[in-house]
Amino acid sequence: MQIRFTLNGRPTSVDATPDTPLLWVLRDTLGQTGTKFGCGRALCGACTVHVDGAAVRACSFPIEYAKDKDIRTIEGLEASATGQAVVDAWIELDVVQCGWCQPGQCMSAAALLSADARPDDAAIDRSMSGNLCRCGTYPRIRAAVKRAAEILAEGGGR
Amino acid sequence: MPHLRLFAASALVLAAALCVTVGCRSSGSRSSSARASTTPVPPGAAFAPIARVLRHPRCLNCHPSGDRPHVGDDRRRHAMNVQRGPDDHGYPAMHCATCHRPANQDAALVPGAPHWHLAPRSMGWEGLDDHDLARTLKDRSMNGDRSLAALREHIAEDPLVLWGWDPGVGREAVPTPHAEFVDAFDAWIDAGAPTPPAGTTSTF
Repeated sequence: MQIRFTLNGRPTSVDATPDTPLLWVLRDTLGQTGTKFGCGRALCGACTVHVDGAAVRACSFPIEYAKDKDIRTIEGLEASATGQAVVDAWIELDVVQCGWCQPGQCMSAAALLSADARPDDAAIDRSMSGNLCRCGTYPRIRAAVKRAAEILAEGGGR
Repeated sequence: MPHLRLFAASALVLAAALCVTVGCRSSGSRSSSARASTTPVPPGAAFAPIARVLRHPRCLNCHPSGDRPHVGDDRRRHAMNVQRGPDDHGYPAMHCATCHRPANQDAALVPGAPHWHLAPRSMGWEGLDDHDLARTLKDRSMNGDRSLAALREHIAEDPLVLWGWDPGVGREAVPTPHAEFVDAFDAWIDAGAPTPPAGTTSTF
């Protein structure tokens, strides 16, 4: 089955069986390995991408649902002001330890900030709890989300 | 074969005796109708088969009385701090559709159906007895302003309801066949949708 969608702003077409997870297509077919495999069961959030702006777990997203959608991954996150602010805040606060979960963390953080420009601790916890970090960087993640919000409020983030 | 005729006759006599003693289960529906003409139907009997289904984990897990869905046949709390959110679809980056698709994803063991979301808080059924469950179901201020006919359409045709009978790998389907559930709902409506007395909790 030929499926057409937009990946990080570029028209993209893949030939895949309809139930192939988007994560497999991204990593194995298209070579976009920034999005990570964590659990394969939508439990850890490592594979989070955006589909039409909404956070989605790519491991449980059959490619048939990607038809005509706008897919954005960590490789294209900085194209938006919100995404740029998230990446800048992550670097400024040196959030990352091992890094495996962080692409998913950044994608969820950007989705949160797109809906809530000034999230408090409770809002951050509600929206980021689906992204697990075995290194325990949660305090730095929470601080970085707030810093990204500040960057955006200051007119930064491109 | 006189001994065979004797055996058959004995069997008939025995079967007749059993019917008199304990009732004929094979003609249970007709026996029930016959009893109905002489013995009042217990209050709430029409709603009991409906209440059993509504209380099954496939329905109740997403009809919580609080703000958190439950999962599994043991009705444990949904992991990952999943919460109701302002529109019953979760919070940003944690919407139901972040993980749940319009169909079950059996490879990932993620259940799915169209418009997957929590029932409104006013339709939280946890902790209700049959009386309050029926009252909540009928009350248009609590049920999304649905008439009985609209409720019947919801339980008969809504793909999110039908998912309860096709829940994917690792989850028990609602034991009552869906057609029987709809028939029971029709019978309850035909009886005037009576509210059962307080204190009864019908389960499988």
